[in-house]
Amino acid sequence: MNFDDTPQEAEFRKLARTWIEANRPDDLLAVLEALNPDGSKKASTADIVRVSKAWQKRKADGGWACLTWPKEYGGRAATPIQRVIWDQEEGAYGQLSQPFAIGQGMCGPTVMAYADEDTKRRLLPPLASGEDVWCQLFSEPAGGSDVAGLRTRAEKQDNGDWLINGQKIWTTGAHFCDYGIVITRNDPTVPKHKGLTMFWLDMKSPGVEVRPIKQASGHSGFNEVYFTNVRIPDSQRLGKVGDGWNVSITTLMNERFSIGARVATGVPEFFDFASSYRMPDGTLAIEDASVRARLATWASRSNGLKYTAYRAISALSRGERPGPENSIGKLVSAPMMQDIAMAALDLQGPEGARTIDGATPAAKLYQQLYHAIGMRIAGGTDEVMRNIIAERVLGLPADVRVDKDVPFNKIPTKGR
Amino acid sequence: MNFDFSDEQKQLRDEARRFLDENCTTKEVRAILEGKDVYDRKLWKGLADLGLLGIAIPEEFGGAGAGRLELCIVAEEIGRALAPVPYSSTVYLASEILLRAGTDAQKKEWLPKIAKGEAIGALAFVEGPGNPTPGGMKASVSGGKLSGRKTLVADGGVADFAIVAARAGSGENTLSLYLVDLKGAGVTRANVETVDPTRNHAEITFANAPAALVGNEGEGWTLLTQALDRAAVLVAFEQIGGADRALYMARDYALDRMAFGRQIGSFQAIKHILADMYVSATLARSNAYYGAWALSTDAGELAEAAANARVSATQAFQLCAKQNNQVHGGMGFTWEADCHLFYRRSNLLALTLGSLSWWEDALIERMRKRNAA
Repeated sequence: MNFDDTPQEAEFRKLARTWIEANRPDDLLAVLEALNPDGSKKASTADIVRVSKAWQKRKADGGWACLTWPKEYGGRAATPIQRVIWDQEEGAYGQLSQPFAIGQGMCGPTVMAYADEDTKRRLLPPLASGEDVWCQLFSEPAGGSDVAGLRTRAEKQDNGDWLINGQKIWTTGAHFCDYGIVITRNDPTVPKHKGLTMFWLDMKSPGVEVRPIKQASGHSGFNEVYFTNVRIPDSQRLGKVGDGWNVSITTLMNERFSIGARVATGVPEFFDFASSYRMPDGTLAIEDASVRARLATWASRSNGLKYTAYRAISALSRGERPGPENSIGKLVSAPMMQDIAMAALDLQGPEGARTIDGATPAAKLYQQLYHAIGMRIAGGTDEVMRNIIAERVLGLPADVRVDKDVPFNKIPTKGR
Repeated sequence: MNFDFSDEQKQLRDEARRFLDENCTTKEVRAILEGKDVYDRKLWKGLADLGLLGIAIPEEFGGAGAGRLELCIVAEEIGRALAPVPYSSTVYLASEILLRAGTDAQKKEWLPKIAKGEAIGALAFVEGPGNPTPGGMKASVSGGKLSGRKTLVADGGVADFAIVAARAGSGENTLSLYLVDLKGAGVTRANVETVDPTRNHAEITFANAPAALVGNEGEGWTLLTQALDRAAVLVAFEQIGGADRALYMARDYALDRMAFGRQIGSFQAIKHILADMYVSATLARSNAYYGAWALSTDAGELAEAAANARVSATQAFQLCAKQNNQVHGGMGFTWEADCHLFYRRSNLLALTLGSLSWWEDALIERMRKRNAA
């Protein structure tokens, strides 16, 4: 048991560190932080995307974009453990890559698995270099946790094209994206998982309309996307007609790309806050027994996530697939962040209600109070995450699915 | 990074598990619970024969000379089996304290006996309610004779010797550790009933019992807290072993038990309980691994890592044990079902070595110290 690199890993780390030292994007990071001092994403997204693209381009030119992708698609053909080492070395600069996370983490691998060779060589390199930004169009108003309940229609035309009509929702980044992958229903007369088909499309196609959603926090990071008679050639289909569900699983499986990434928990912010905030009697909050008890639980859970990631990294280092323990990250961190943020307000008594801006620990915790609501939903709700752990890790039976063998157009749609 | 146990260490785990599966079923645990004996002597002998009592004792003192990582491996299996033996008192506490602070003569006298299963050790530091404080201990030594009362000594009723925290004088910083032969003069013992009768506890009264200094005079609080930190990592492994088994016992019951025409494990209310148990046990395991690394390398991070592992493992075993009862429904409340064996052990382990709130406090203090540095 040790935290040491193997000789090959150490060599790769040195290579990465040397390159980053010579190309460090301090200028870009300073711009990002000035735009976004409390991490609230209040700043104009166009500005954030602009600085992010500059760093991504620098990385791509140096051969450090999408490390695990084959070279012909803009990658470096690196191993998963090399990817982790790169992330560690990139450190805080990694924030600059955030607008590309979904495109490179989920859309790219799906295109790689299902598109023809010409398409891959055309679409993937600009996705890797950040020239093109991609989004993932899965969720719908009628299908959130039940993604397969989606209603966006794809109708085959006489000339072989497909006509897309419907609505997607919660689409992160759609307002600045160039391309997307979209899952549609091509056949409503068969059970819901069987009549789905996946496509990639140009987000500037006629008939695509993006409307930002104002979030509970007041910010807008994601969107509704409307499709009105959007024409997609059959050559943009990913996977077979009716096999869209399996294709979407490829996309979602790639969520594991985030192994080793730092998960926001609110613990460092709360530690800083409690170490400087004075209670009415003049003592520091961190000296209060109830604060210490709660913080100890949060800190140990946060540490547990860090060391669970270390175990996954160790598996990668041995060339093995990490175990299922990585599925716990968001389920641990998101509700904890919400509790921590509220605890920070509670300590301040009625004054806790006051809105705070800026980069202080208290202001960051205030932002997290809202950020946490979304985190508990995005990418699988707390409840879906628990179902996944129960079914896929612990081997419990799947839920009874009353709509499983029912043709999609016969499934009841009204609760009452 | 290789944040995992080696193949040889995993092989040791398999061997220990196989041995305990055969020799320490819940039938053996229940025999001690129901008072057939104070500990499982046959199992103790078996652990000695396998070399597991002296696994971390150097060969020169009759042990196997393996490291603390191997000890962590065995601890997890002891915890998983709910082994009704004085393993933690003898191996994590008495033997470890002697190894770090004992004189050569003390090591030569006791460690080979421990390795052979011929001597049981204990740590006596509790004097009445409340978590330990340096000023809270009244037992004292004068002219090499120890007097005082230790109100709850784990395995105190079966131990051959004890490491006792006592004052060398009346001033501050006089707390010291002493080795007392419990079969010698001036020692009176009375067994105490606890939440988990599968582990012996006793009150020990010392009246001018001959006592030999362990470590330096006045070093008692430092040695004691260091010993508790080191043992906290090992007990955390016992706790994750117990938590893991309680989790899979509940999972298996949820698969077998039918209600409303379905396996109860198909209800989300049950699935979510089990998922939360899994999350807690996983976090605790990862934290225990970090504690194991710190323990085995004597890292500067050990104090914080130990408190972190202790808090996490205590919460995980308590959650898994109590929710195992809950998933079992009415059956979980019976004497016949094994759930209460885990519930009892989880509660005992949550209190021994200092209770959860004490360790939570320690974790924060140690985090502050690191951040100030």
